[in-house]
Amino acid sequence: MPQYAVIIHSPAPADPAALTPDYLALLERYPAQIEELGGKEIAGFALEAGTTATSIRGDVVTDGPFTEAKEVVAGFFVLEAPDLDVALDIAKLNPACADGGVEVRPLFAWAPDGRA
Amino acid sequence: MNELERAVADAHRREWAFVLAATARVTGDLDLAEECVQDAYLAALDAWTRDGVPGKPGAWLTRTATRKALDLLRRDKVFRAKMPLLVEPDPEMDLTDATDEIPDDRLRLIFTCCHPALAREAQVALTLRLVCGVATPDISRAFLVSEPTMAARLTRAKKKIAAARIPYRVPGPADLPERLDAVLSVIHLLYTTGHTAPSGAGLVRADLVERAITLARMLLALMPDEPEVRGLLALLLLTDARRAARTDAEGRLVLLADQDRSLWDHAAIAEGRDLAVAAFRTGRVGRYAVQAAIASLHAVTPTDWPQVVGLYDLLLRIWPSPVVALNRAVAVAMADGPETALAEVERLAADDRLAGYHYLPAVRADLLRRLSRFEEAADAYRAAIALADNDAEREFLQSRLAEVVSG
Repeated sequence: MPQYAVIIHSPAPADPAALTPDYLALLERYPAQIEELGGKEIAGFALEAGTTATSIRGDVVTDGPFTEAKEVVAGFFVLEAPDLDVALDIAKLNPACADGGVEVRPLFAWAPDGRA
Repeated sequence: MNELERAVADAHRREWAFVLAATARVTGDLDLAEECVQDAYLAALDAWTRDGVPGKPGAWLTRTATRKALDLLRRDKVFRAKMPLLVEPDPEMDLTDATDEIPDDRLRLIFTCCHPALAREAQVALTLRLVCGVATPDISRAFLVSEPTMAARLTRAKKKIAAARIPYRVPGPADLPERLDAVLSVIHLLYTTGHTAPSGAGLVRADLVERAITLARMLLALMPDEPEVRGLLALLLLTDARRAARTDAEGRLVLLADQDRSLWDHAAIAEGRDLAVAAFRTGRVGRYAVQAAIASLHAVTPTDWPQVVGLYDLLLRIWPSPVVALNRAVAVAMADGPETALAEVERLAADDRLAGYHYLPAVRADLLRRLSRFEEAADAYRAAIALADNDAEREFLQSRLAEVVSG
C-alpha cells in the first residue's frame, strides 16, 4: 500500500503547548477516524514551536523556520492508504485544516533494483 | 488522404478515448498506454491496407495496443517497478483474446484526468491529450504556450498521477457531484477558450470548440442520467449556434441584437433547447442547465427579458458569483431600463472580485451611453479597452468610444 507524508502546517509559532482543549479533543479522535477510512498511521511526530527552529542555508545559520510564512510546519505523520483519494479524505479530517492546513505527499518508493 | 488513411483518422477521432482507456487499465501506466496506443494506430495503417478495415476498429486497436504493452512489460521488468495506476480489483479481462466485449473505461480516464489533485491547467491539457488524442504541439498552440512547456506540463501531471496514486476509477456517489463538476468545468473551459480566445487575434479557435462539444456528447452518452451533463451540452450547442454570426466579414464583433439570425445554426438551437428542457424536467437543475435556458431565450425574438431576469435570479441562487450578477444587470437593463441596471452595476463595481474584469466597465459604459451620459461613458470605455485582451473585443469597444466622443 502506498505511503504518504502528511505534513501539518499551523499558524506561527505553532507551539504544541498552546493547543486548545478543543483541538486536543479532536486530535484524540483522529486515530480512530484514520482506521475507519481505511488508512493506517505508521509513525507521527509533533514539533516544538517554530521559534525553537534553526535554519541553515548554504553556510548561513539563522534563527527560525526555513521559510518565512504565516504558517510553519508543526508536525508530520506517515500515512498508509490504498490511494490518494483515501489519503485526502483522511487528511481533510485533520484538525489543523481549520486554521492552517496539511500537505499530502507520497513517500518516494525505491525500486528493488535501486532505480526509481 | 486516401480511403485507408481516412479510416484510420476516423478511428482516431471516434475511438481514441476508448482504446486508451482500455489499454491504461491493462498497463496501469498512462504513459505506457499512450505510447502503445500511438503504435497501434501506426500499425493499423499497414494491417488495414493488407487485411481491410476490421468490423470493430476500436476492438482491433485495443487488442493491438494491449498486446504491445504486455510485450514491453514482459521484456522490461523495470516497468513493473513503476508505481502503477490503481485499478479496482475486478476480474481482469484478457484483451488479447478474440473477444469483442471490451469494457468501456472512458469514464475512469475522464475522471482521472480531471482529478482535483491536479491543477486546472493540467486537467485541461491531460483531457485534450489523453481523452481527445490531440497531439501536444496542437495543445500548446491552442493555449499559446511553447511546446516544451506544454510537454513538461503533461509529463508532470502524468508523473503525479502515478507517484501520488491517483486512482483510475469513477468516484463513488458521495464524491460524484463535486468530481463531475470538475469534469464539466474542464469541458466548459475548453469551450470558452476556443469561443473567446483570451488574447491575440481571432475570436474562435474552432478546434477547441468542437473538441469541447464532442467531449460533452461523449459524457452525456456515458452518464445519461446526469442533468448537468445535459445542461452543459445544451449550453455549448446554444452558444455555438451563433458562432457564424458573432463576427462580421472583417472579424469584428457583432452584438447579439445586431446578428444576422439567418446565420444561426437552427438545428443546434433546437437540439440545445430540447436538452435544456429535459434537464429542467428532472427537477435537479444546476448552473449549466439554467445558463442553457437563458441562452435558449436569447435565441427567440422578441426576447422575453423579464423571464431572462427570472432565470438569472435562479442562477444567482445556485451559483452566487459577481459575474452572474453583472450578466443579470445586463438583462435588467433590457427589462427595466438602463437606469435601474446602472445602479446595480455601480453596486457591483465595489466588489473586489470584479476588479480587472473588463466586462464590468464595458457594461457600465454601455449603460451610460444609453443614458446619454457620454463623457462618463467615454471614461468607462477607455477603462474597458485597457483591460480587454482580445483584439476583436478591443476593436468593438474602440468603435463605441469613437461614437460617444463624437457625441
